[in-house]
Amino acid sequence: MKAGSKLERMLESGNFTVTGEIGPPKSCNGEIVRHHARMLKGYCESYNLTDNQTAIVRLSSIAAGKILLEEDCEPNIQIVCRDRNRIAIQSDVLGATALGMKNILCLSGDHQKFGNHPTSKNVYDVDSIQLIKILDGMRNGYFANGEEMKDEPPKIFIGCAANPFADPFEFRVTRLEKKADAGADFTQTQCVLDMERFERWMELVRARGLHKRIKILAGITPLKSVKAAKYMNKYVAGMMVSQEYIDRLEKAEDVKAEGVNIACEQIEYLKKMEGIAGVHIMAIAWEEIVPEICKRTGLNPRPEV
Amino acid sequence: MIIAERKPIEEILGLLSKHQKVLVLGCGGCVTVCLAGGEKEVGILSSQLTMARSKEERPLEIVQKTIERQCDFEYFEGIRHIVKDVDAILSLACGIGIQTCAEAFPDKIVWPGVNTKFLGVNLNVGEWAERCQACGQCVLDKTGGICPVARCSKSIFNGPCGGSQDGKCEVSPDTDCAWALIHDRLTRLGEVDSLREILPVKDWSYSRDGGPRKLVREDLELESGK
Repeated sequence: MKAGSKLERMLESGNFTVTGEIGPPKSCNGEIVRHHARMLKGYCESYNLTDNQTAIVRLSSIAAGKILLEEDCEPNIQIVCRDRNRIAIQSDVLGATALGMKNILCLSGDHQKFGNHPTSKNVYDVDSIQLIKILDGMRNGYFANGEEMKDEPPKIFIGCAANPFADPFEFRVTRLEKKADAGADFTQTQCVLDMERFERWMELVRARGLHKRIKILAGITPLKSVKAAKYMNKYVAGMMVSQEYIDRLEKAEDVKAEGVNIACEQIEYLKKMEGIAGVHIMAIAWEEIVPEICKRTGLNPRPEV
Repeated sequence: MIIAERKPIEEILGLLSKHQKVLVLGCGGCVTVCLAGGEKEVGILSSQLTMARSKEERPLEIVQKTIERQCDFEYFEGIRHIVKDVDAILSLACGIGIQTCAEAFPDKIVWPGVNTKFLGVNLNVGEWAERCQACGQCVLDKTGGICPVARCSKSIFNGPCGGSQDGKCEVSPDTDCAWALIHDRLTRLGEVDSLREILPVKDWSYSRDGGPRKLVREDLELESGK
């Protein structure tokens, strides 16, 4: 065990694993985080806490993680490379682990152009793969400069993202391999909204045996509207929504219900896919739907580990 | 080459509002090539300024001059007699030239007439693009001759990030993804497997992050007998 988190134990047990996501609010109102934690408690092994997602200032992921711990929910702290240099990141890693957080997810971060402070300066002192390597070094007792820690190293279960829907397609597999080489233990993929492309990517992943080196959780996002689906497909870089899903939503009488149907079918399908260790359900601004999806797909109650 | 763009006329008029006589000083280097601050642009800007100030009934006397380079102290020597008689200098050189000019004339106000944009290349008539950030430690050997520091929006070393689609950057459909370019070029060269290596964290101390940089070459100092 690297950190002994619930997430790590569930993945190691071989049970189909479920992670969720909570987006901290644009305020200091921690009760919003607490509310979502209570709503989702018991449905997932751990919950990602986004780090100023889409470059919009929000309550910090580590502070939100502390609230989750108080609610007996396991946090998965996201760290993006956009806003902090290696000094600040390592300091935050020490701080988060001191507070009892064990899962950390390493990301590049959305460019600040998309956020509410587009005139800010970005950092990118290190990139997401280098960040994984830094965290791996830290849990082995070394700072990024090679200096040996004088005290007990932080115990971290290291995560990363993978995006099978970005380009160049084949290189996406190499990039996951680099993340595994750097020390990542698990990966959560971008929302799978084009199963055909995802399957092609997984074939390449399996061909390189990567699924045996890194636990892969497929991203699930229930679609809420036709407009959102079309927008993601057309305007969000690195996202794809298959025409099949768009057609289904367009024909549906109850679009939201059809979105949930699609998500549930995807989960059932992914359960049988070789190399898939679980799902990462991202229902930002629709958190209340997660329990229903988990119950319908037999992912609730969760096994004990 | 250093790419610059002339400041808007309104801004320049604002800078010069309290002066009666100024020297509009062009540079024969990069800004001449990128059509921002050479002899021709000095002429055009001077006419615009003269006209605008006449309209305001506050005439502005302008002396026009373009020197070989404003990033070398020696070229300022020949214009000392002109500078003596003006209230201020409007330099159309890049940021380096403007500062050298101010250093050459410590008692004279020197205004910037251009915005220095980047180190780049001329792609087409009226189109320039950034190519180098002068980070101090070149990595082009590892990236197929395409710079991730200057050309990736996130300056990452192990790209492309998840925002690369159809060869374009997430920041704008008009921006090429540098890592897609690197990937494609190395594929063409049969070297794409080299990208499986993790490029280590960069030593930014060679870049601006180490503080203002200075280069001293002792071999040249010795040669010159200093």
